[in-house]
Amino acid sequence: MIPLSWYLILSAALFSIGLFGVLSRRNAVAILLGIELMLNAVNINLVSFWRYGDVSMMAGQVFAIIVFAVAASEVAVGLALVISVYRSRNTVIADEIDLMKW
Amino acid sequence: MTFTQIIFLVTAAVILGSALMVVSTRNLVHAALWLIVTLFGVAVLYAILNASFLAVVQVVVYIGAIAILFIFAIMLTRREMRDRGPQLNRGWWLNIIIAGLTFGGLFWMLQGWSGFSKAAADFPSGYDAVGQLGKALVSPTGFVLPFEVASVLLLAALVGAVYVAFARK
Repeated sequence: MIPLSWYLILSAALFSIGLFGVLSRRNAVAILLGIELMLNAVNINLVSFWRYGDVSMMAGQVFAIIVFAVAASEVAVGLALVISVYRSRNTVIADEIDLMKW
Repeated sequence: MTFTQIIFLVTAAVILGSALMVVSTRNLVHAALWLIVTLFGVAVLYAILNASFLAVVQVVVYIGAIAILFIFAIMLTRREMRDRGPQLNRGWWLNIIIAGLTFGGLFWMLQGWSGFSKAAADFPSGYDAVGQLGKALVSPTGFVLPFEVASVLLLAALVGAVYVAFARK
């Protein structure tokens, strides 16, 4: 049987990779890809805690479903913003989207 | 080493390798396709964890909707992004250190926890996890309120996305 630690280490590694992507990518869409990786790492944690705890308590899976819904809304709004910015400024590079910087 | 462990290790290697490709590859369409590989690996993990409903939802919602949405967005914004200039910020090596410290900190914190190397109890045979999940989502003593809030959030986000992306004359 797989110990819980394997899942936790895997999701910590996946979260760190996603964090690296968010911090160092220049393209705004690639930043959103990094956020997706981090959300998936969180979901692995939630589901493995459900499985390794009391399986009759459904909170872990319900939380994971809520994270799915939040991820879907975040991607929809995020990509709509990126496309909207691309239309007006003709760029998707996060450094160059500096309308609110003074 | 049991069969499940071997499957877990292979899946973990696929997940981490494709996640590294997502954050490092130059071509963004390839990054989105590598993301699909990562998401599929996570679906395999859900299947190993007996969360069958989530495994299916992962494939349908994440791969079928979110990843495809990413590919659309990349193609709509591609002209400029023919990858002029570097793909990473100037201080990317600093970000490697930050990500490494995050991983080290999480690992250090977790390995001090008493339940860290806990083994799973056997999955009760005949236990209907999907049915229990469905009941928990709609029962007033369970999670009906978060469920409804999530659906309203999704509706609001989609309406907002249409409004933001709508081309004004």
